[in-house]
Formats: sequence, structure tokens, C-alpha cells
Amino acid sequence: MKHTLASVVRTWRENSIPLSHPCILECLPSLTLDLLKRNNKSVVHKCVAYKHGPVAEKRICFVLDSTEVTASSRHYVDRLFDLDPQKVLQGVIDMKNAVIGNNKQKANLIVLGAVPRLLYLLQQESSSTELRTECAVVLGSLAMGTENNVKSLLDCHIIPALLQGLLSPDLKFIEACLRCLRTIFISPVTPEDLLYTDSSVISHLMGLLSRSRYTQEYICQIFSHCCKGPDHQTILFNYGAVQNIAHLLVSTSNKVRMQALKCFSVLAFENPQVSMTLVNVSVDGELLPQIFVKMLQRDKPIEMQLTSAKCLTSMCRAGAIRTDDPCIVLKTLPCLVRMCSKDRLLEERVEGAETLAYLIETDVELQRMASITDHLIVMLADYFKYPSSVSAIADIKRLDHDLKHAHELRQAAFKLYASLGANDEDIRKKIIETENMMDRIVNGLSESSIKVRLAAVRCLHSLSRSVQQLRTSFQDHAVWKPLMKVLQNAPNEILVVASSTLCNLLLEFSPSKEPILESGAIELLCSLTQSENLALRVNGIWALMNMAFQAEQKIKSDILRGLSTEQLFQLLSDSDVNVLMKTLGLLRNLLSTRPHIDHIMSTHGKQIMQAVTLILEGEHNIEVKEQTLCILANIADGTTAKELIMTNDDILQKIKYYMSHSNAKLQLAAMFCISNLIWNEEEGSQERQDKLRDMGIVDILHKLSQSSDPNLCDK
Amino acid sequence: ITGIYRKEQVGRVQSLSPAVTPRWDKHSYGYHGDDGHSFCSSGTGQPYGPTFTTGDVIGCCVNLINNTCFYTKNGHSLGKFVFLPSQSNLYPTVGLQTPGEIVDANFGQQPFVFDIEDYMREWRAKIQSTIKRFPIGDRLGEWQAMLQNMVSSYLVHHGYCSTATAFARVTDTTIQEEQTSIKNRQRIQKLVLAGRVGEAIEATQQLYPGLLEHNPNLLFMLKCRQFVEMVNGTDSEVRCFSARSPRSQDSYPGSPSLSPRHGSSNSHVHSTGADSPTCSNGVMSTKSKQSHSKYPTLTSSSSSSSSSSPSSVNYSESNSTDSTKSQQHSSTSNQETSDSEMEMEAEHYPNGVLENSSTRIMNGTYKHEEILQTDESSMEDSCPQRQLCGGNHAATERMIQFGRELQILSEQLCREYGKNTMHKKMLQDAFSLLAYSDPWNCPVGQQLDPIQREPVCAALNSAILESQNLPKQPPLMLALGQASECLRLMARVGLGSCSFARVDDYLH
Repeated sequence: MKHTLASVVRTWRENSIPLSHPCILECLPSLTLDLLKRNNKSVVHKCVAYKHGPVAEKRICFVLDSTEVTASSRHYVDRLFDLDPQKVLQGVIDMKNAVIGNNKQKANLIVLGAVPRLLYLLQQESSSTELRTECAVVLGSLAMGTENNVKSLLDCHIIPALLQGLLSPDLKFIEACLRCLRTIFISPVTPEDLLYTDSSVISHLMGLLSRSRYTQEYICQIFSHCCKGPDHQTILFNYGAVQNIAHLLVSTSNKVRMQALKCFSVLAFENPQVSMTLVNVSVDGELLPQIFVKMLQRDKPIEMQLTSAKCLTSMCRAGAIRTDDPCIVLKTLPCLVRMCSKDRLLEERVEGAETLAYLIETDVELQRMASITDHLIVMLADYFKYPSSVSAIADIKRLDHDLKHAHELRQAAFKLYASLGANDEDIRKKIIETENMMDRIVNGLSESSIKVRLAAVRCLHSLSRSVQQLRTSFQDHAVWKPLMKVLQNAPNEILVVASSTLCNLLLEFSPSKEPILESGAIELLCSLTQSENLALRVNGIWALMNMAFQAEQKIKSDILRGLSTEQLFQLLSDSDVNVLMKTLGLLRNLLSTRPHIDHIMSTHGKQIMQAVTLILEGEHNIEVKEQTLCILANIADGTTAKELIMTNDDILQKIKYYMSHSNAKLQLAAMFCISNLIWNEEEGSQERQDKLRDMGIVDILHKLSQSSDPNLCDK
Repeated sequence: ITGIYRKEQVGRVQSLSPAVTPRWDKHSYGYHGDDGHSFCSSGTGQPYGPTFTTGDVIGCCVNLINNTCFYTKNGHSLGKFVFLPSQSNLYPTVGLQTPGEIVDANFGQQPFVFDIEDYMREWRAKIQSTIKRFPIGDRLGEWQAMLQNMVSSYLVHHGYCSTATAFARVTDTTIQEEQTSIKNRQRIQKLVLAGRVGEAIEATQQLYPGLLEHNPNLLFMLKCRQFVEMVNGTDSEVRCFSARSPRSQDSYPGSPSLSPRHGSSNSHVHSTGADSPTCSNGVMSTKSKQSHSKYPTLTSSSSSSSSSSPSSVNYSESNSTDSTKSQQHSSTSNQETSDSEMEMEAEHYPNGVLENSSTRIMNGTYKHEEILQTDESSMEDSCPQRQLCGGNHAATERMIQFGRELQILSEQLCREYGKNTMHKKMLQDAFSLLAYSDPWNCPVGQQLDPIQREPVCAALNSAILESQNLPKQPPLMLALGQASECLRLMARVGLGSCSFARVDDYLH
């Protein structure tokens, strides 16, 4: 016999039979079905979870109530305006029971204007604490609904009202307000900055942390959701978040422990100040790193393991914990590798891989260890298999879930591959030998998601540091093609990584060099040198420098033409040493082999000599000056170009000066100039020697020949 | 630890043949240091992990729960692979190729570099959550009713009459056995546990005529016990000679102790009894451990004597462990003679501590002190100098006479049913007590321990129940016995998960 929901309700109401009665139990499946139809999933879960006992009865009561009354929302709102405060209270309580888990009812009440009235009642000093508490509970329930609900609540300025409520002496009321605030702040539609508008709020919340385990849980949750970026971290840190939250890590409540841990993971993320502080904080005689390690244990909830691994990772990257500390090597790293395994949820695998990538990014030993742990490199290949063909057939829900995470999974895998292959040639080889790896990277480069593209480029960049791979896999898969495509109109963050990958691909031994040049790389790189972004300028000029190394005449002229002399001098006066060095390097590469030198100097000689003079006179470090002298030496090697130096007394004096400089490197570079100038086999060498002798350079040479440095003596 | 490894294979093989390197045998698995390849039952290796060399610590972990295995290098797991479950065992083996190679082997005598404890924690948690989430079917009502029945039958079995009634009232269930029958059994049990075996025999003969006549073995066991109690000075036949006041007599024997305290040390008594229990001793001792740990709860709740406290109802609904708890909980609050019962409890407690294995000692120290004190006072109260038969001459006479009767009974049984070594042993042990000047401190002195009354009491109780066509063991005990037997079987056939699912874990 089939029971309708209404009949169940009637039976239950009229006979007041216990829930365990077979009659109710029998109806439960159909009841559940009915609720599902009304989109009341959360309540069904709760109701099934409680199963029996007085709590369950209450819950079921709510469910039954809420399904009955959707039509009479108006009535609930009207009762809020009753003159009798006792009736108002009863009205709010009834409303509370009516809205739990019923999104439609919530929407109705909001449309009918219940929120301003509830807020008014909540703020009235004359309202009883009980009424104010119930109001906060109802508002919290409304916030649990859709994002639109939260937006409506925010529009009614609910946050200041609730924050005001926190000043009340009544704990129950405070807890209700906090619970509601928590629900609102964890919604993605709420701007985090609303928490920081008044600094007294933060200090008051810190004070409330000692009140009860509920205030602890809710406040920690608010903090961990509202702490985005270094500014927020600093504010919370300065208000004593570390000291106030540390002892909650050993709370008896699992929820409090978890939320406190989350707080620390966001506070310490990429924040050296917080990380360095954490390492010395102790709770009950135990240092925080030890407590985190305990939370890493394999029988702890996965979320707890993962979050404490994040804390330890931040501390390690900040230098607060050494990278060879057992708690990193034997605890954090294996834990994060486990998070990448197939048994974990997709979200956990993404977070695990990203955190691990961050942990090992700069340490080759950790990279090596991770690469051998649990076949991580092979394990990561699985990240690319979503959505799998199986999931498509199995069910739509699964497919939807997989699709949603597919991008995240891929970018996380690329990031981790990038970190793994950052330094070690063997690991790079292993990565590239993983099934279809290069194809996956190539595909990743042209994906629509910026995150995936960026991660793929980073991975490619990391792998491009391998000479062998540049010559083999990179060539086989014509990686340069999609790379050049990525470089067109990409956002800066991608451009930075892509262009430095290009730098590697343009190295003289790379077989990709030719095709890249043919596809218009010079123009692209020249435009990069004009970028506002420093990293892009460096990469642009760096790539050009690599390109010019031992290049043919045509390429060199193309570079000079593409760059234009104005831009070249602009770069030579760049405030960044790196840009300057690479530009000088480019000049030096351009000015090699005699015919090239003469050709270039004949067209740009004047400007180049000016620039050289300027740099030699300016305040620059040794490396820059050395590089400049090397350029002079190259010029001196030219047949006609020599004259530009010989006729420039200013330059000759400078060379003479650097020959007796205290730095041996500069002396050596200057010596190169001289030796090129006086080279015997060339025409007119006698005249040049005479001129230099007149300047007193021979004396210096005599002196240098007695010097202790064998390099100098040789010359 | 520093293990010195050189170009060797670490492997697990089924059969050890010295001529062949470990990995090549059938059903053998190996990890090769030269190339990092792994070998599974064949001579061809698969790329597996990194190479290893001198100074590296290589480990191997075999998981018998999911039949996987993984090697470790310097504490890092290198990745698991599946191995074929085989009937025979695996043996750890190391193969060396160059003369002069040295290998340190660690089988756990030193801490492992790899955190195996943590790995085991994970699996323990996994197994326990599997148990917790084991589907019990949709018919929730039935499940609940079954649990209630388990609790109720346990209470009835041990004769907690008012508790059982209260429990039945709250849970809306019915008790099979009649009130009076339970009360009768309760009375007899009380007598045995108080050491007044003579009266217990009388009561049994009166209430269940023919029972003992049909169970000569049981009768003999009871009589032997009676003799021991005479030596002890507690049996009423010798007690009436002593100068003790009737009041103290009344107050001393309380109701039966809360749950039977079958110690593992008296297993032989079980097997001697007319009907040996189905449950293993291991389980029994667990039971007693459980009741010990609940002791402080009892003390605190004895003041509130409402018969159906809401808390006890809630407990009973959840699971078997909890229900036992609630049973004890409410039993205390329900017993009219709760004071004297507490005394009994205290009197029994230290015996368990003194006599039984380490499981008991683990239950918090402060309790011991408290209880030992109570014990001393009550011991002093009952037998000041601990003299034979309470130091009374007439009583001693009576005892000796009883001993003769017992001897005659033994001979008679021997004629009727043939020789019985168990009887002989019992009798011999009991009579041996007289050979020592201080029977309490002699090699057979443990017989005088009140805890030894429990197996006798249980045997008598079971016999009575059987005569009424009721189960001689409560279903709860059967379930426990069944569970531990299952685990033993699992262990025998090599199902690894049994090591993480011990009955003890659920009885605290």
C-alpha cells in the first residue's frame, strides 16, 4: 500500500506514535522520495542521519511542517508585526521550523519582506534576548539557502546588525549571531573586506574566542574564509590571531580543531612573518610543528591531513623549517604524495598536487624524493584522464563532477611536473617518458582555460632546461608552434613564462631555433622589450641575445632593425641591471666575427661608442663594466671598426684606466682590447702600437707582466 | 639504523632454494638494486623504483588485507603492487652477489625508518570504519528490537530482575521467563556468590526438585565448593557456630555481583562443570574487565535511584557495548539493596586485580587504592584472623564430618558412573586445604578466593535455565563468542583484516 506524504503526516500527528513505529518506518522511503522531489536534500540527509531518538523526531517534525506550509508564507510575516511580544516570539519560532531546509519557503519569506523586520527585532534593545536569538537563528537559516538569499541579506545590511549583536552579554545570542555571520561570510558572494571595515570588530572577535566551543568554531571559520592576501594576514596577525587560535588546535572538539587548523593554513600561506612565528609557538609544552605532524597521521580525516600539510609546507617555504627536517621529508612530503593518489577525491588530489608543487619547487633533494615516492610521476598521468569514458556512460552526475574538476586536475598536474623537473635531468627524462606527456603539454598550451595554459607553459619551461630534451622530444613534437601561439596576445603572467621558455628554445644548439625565427619571433621579442613588465623586458632581450649568438649576418641585421637603435639605447639606460646586462650581451653577440663587426659599426658605430662611453663613466657594477669592455674588445677586433677606438682618445684613456684597475677581471678585459688593437698581423698595427706607447700603455704592460696573476702575464 | 646493502635483491619468496636468486622463483617477488626493477614470479623485471646501493635502507611491507606489497628506500614508500594471494607463506630473503657483502636485517627489533606505525593506523581506521558502516539492512526497527532483546535476555539470564523489568517497560518488550522464576534464580545465585553453598543446594532442591539428582556432576561440584566454603568459614553450616551477629551475616552476602567474573585462570573449572560454556575464556575475561572499568560510573549513579533514567534508555538503543553499560547503570539504581551490593562489588574487586592477568591492572590506579581500602575493612569484618572455619571448634568438627560425606558421595558416583578424574582432582584440591596451617597462603589456597564461586554459580544457573527449556547461555555472550571465534578463524585462513578488528576494541 502506498502512503502519501499527507497521510504519513496525519497518522503521525493524530496518533502521536513514536518514530520507531513500523508505520512511520514503512513510509520513510516514500517520504524521503517526496522530499527529494521538493529539493529538500539537506533535510533528508539530516533526517536519515539521525534515524532515531528524540532529535530525529524533532527533525522529522520540521520536515513535515515545512512541506505543509509553503502556501502560507504571508501568515508568518504578518505574525512578526503582532503587538504581543510573546506572539511575535512564537511566530519567529514557527518561522524557524518552517524554513529549515526549504529553499522555496526561504525565498518566499525574503520576497515578502521578512528580513528587515527580523533585523529590526534583532536590533531592538527592548526585544527579549530569546526573541533576538531566534531572529538570528532564522536569518542564519535564510543565509543557508541560495546565493540570492545571501545577496538579499547583504542588501539589508545584515552584517553591521549582526556585528552589533556580538556586543551583547548573552552567549546564546552571540553564538546565533556568529553562526549567521559564518554562513554569510563563507558564501562566495560576500566580499571579505566587509569584515575589515572596522578594526574593533577583529579585536572583539579575538576576545570572543574564549567564550565557547561554538564561538571558537564559527570565528575560526570566518577568519579562514575572509583571510585573502597579505593585507588580511597582517591584520589578523597583528591582532594576535596566532596566540589566540594556537590553543584551539588541541581542543576536544574536532570541528574546532579543524577550523583552527584551516586558519593557520591561510594565515601562513606565502607569509614568512606568520610562518616564522608559528614555528616557535607551543601549546601545552608542544611546538606547533609537532602538533601539525600529529594531525598528519594517516588515520586522521583527510581534510585534516591535507590542511596540516599545507601549514608545514608554508613554514618550510618560509625557511622556518629546514627542507631536510624529518617532519618535511618523512611526514609532509609522503602525506602530500598520498593526497595525489587515485583513492582521494578529485578536490583533494588537486590541492595535494598544488601544495606538493609548492613544497618542492626550489629544493632538488625534495624533488628527487617526491619523484621516487609511490610512483608519483605515473600517478600524475591519471590526472589527465578526466572525464573518463567510463564516467560518461556511468551517469550524468559523475560526468558533470569530472568535467568541473578536469581543468583543475590538469593544471595541478602540470604545476607538479614543473616543480619535479625544475632541476634534475633524470626526473625530466622520466616525466617526458610518461605516456603521451609531450602531447599533453602541447594540448595544454592551447586550452581555453588560462590556468591550464599557464601551468602547461610552466611545465614546458621546466622541461626546456634539459639540453637533451631540447634536441629530441621538443623537436619531435614541434613544441615551438603552440608556444609561439601562446605568446600572441596572452596575459602577462603567461607571457613571462612562455618567453623564458622561448629563451631556452632559442639557444644555439636547439633545433627549434630556425623555425621559431621564421615564424616572426624577432618582431615579437622586440615588442616584449618595450613592455612595462620588467620580467618581460628581461626575457625579451635575453631571447634576442640567445638568438644573436653565433647567428648569421641577416639575423643580426634583422634584430637591429627590429629593435631600432633608439630602443637599444633605451634598454642600455634601463634601471634594471638584468636588462642592461642582457642588452650588453646582445651587443656583444651581435659584434662577433670581423665582417659583422665592421658592418654594424659602419652603420651604428657612433651611437654604440657613445653608449659604451656612457656606461664606462656611469656608476655600474663590475660585471656590467666587464661586459662593456668585452664589447670594446670585440670592436677592436674589427678591421675598420678599430679606427673608431683609435680615433677616440677618451675611450683609449678609459681602457688605460681599467688596465690598472684593482679588479683582475676588468684588467683582463681591457687587456683584450689592447691586444686586439696592436695585433701584429694586421695592417697599420705599427701606427697603433706607436700611439699606444705614447700614451704610456707599455709601462703598464710591463708592470702587469710582473703581476702575480698568470692570466694577465700571458697577455 | 644503518643497513649496508650492495647490489643485492630484497625479495619475498615462497620456497627457499639457495641455488636460485630469490626473485626468479615462482610465487616470489623481488626488488633489484642494480636497475631498480621489480620481479614478480618471473625472471623478467619491470621498471619499479630507483636503484639502491651501499648505505641505503631498503624495506618491504606486505599487506595481507588487500594483498599488496611495497618496498621502501630510506623510509620512502616506492609504490605498491598487487601480489597473488597464495596458500603458503612468504619468507623474507636477501640475495647477495659479491663476496664480502654485509647486510643488516631489521625485523622490528629497532625502529623502522619507514613509519609503519602510521601505515597501520590508517588501516586500523579503515577496517573500523568498514565495520561501523556495515549495512544492517533497511528494517531498522528489527535491528533495534534485536538489540533490545539481547540486552533484555542478558539481564534475565543473570537474574537482574528489577533491571530487566524496568528495561522491558521502557523498551516495550516482553520477558519470556516468569518473574518468580527469575527471582528464584537470583536468590540461589546470591547464595552461591556469598559462599553459602549449602543453603543454595537446599534452595535448589526445594525450588527445582530433581534437578540436582539428574545432574550428579553439578551436585558434586557444588558440594566440593561447599566444603571449600566451610574451610573459608562462610558456609552457613559452619557459620552458625561462629560468634558473628546475625546483622553482619545479612549484610555480608549481597546480591550477585553485577556480571559474572569468570577469570581466565579458572578455565579448568569450566570444563569440569556439567555443561561447559560455549564461550571462550578470552571473552569471559574481557567481560569482567568491562565491568571493572565501569565501576566508577556505578558509584556516582547509585544515589539517583529512579528506575528508568532517560540516560540508560538512550544508551541501550545504540549498540551492544552501550547496552551493557546501561544495564549496569540501571541495575545499580534499581537494586533495593544497593548499599550492600556496592560492598560486595568492592569485596570482589581486588581479587580480580590480584589474581587476574594484566588486563585488569590497566584500569586506572586510583580506583585500586580506593577499593583496596574498602576491601581491607570488609575482610577484617568477615574473618578477623582468617582461621579455619572461622576458628570455631564445633564448626571444624562439622566440616570434617562433611568431608567424610563428600568422600562417600565421590565413591558412590564412581561406582555408578565410572571413574571421573575431574572429580578426583576437585576433591583432592579441596581436601589439600586442610594440610596447611594457613590455607589462604598455600599452593591450593586460591580455591578460597570468592571469585572461584562464579563458575560454580554460572554452572548452576545454566543448569536451572536448561531445565526450564531456556537457553543456558545468554545470546549476548553467544554473539561475543561467535565474534571472537570468527576472528580466530579469519586469522587461521590468513585474512589480514582480523588483526585490526578485535572484540576487545568494542568492549570498553
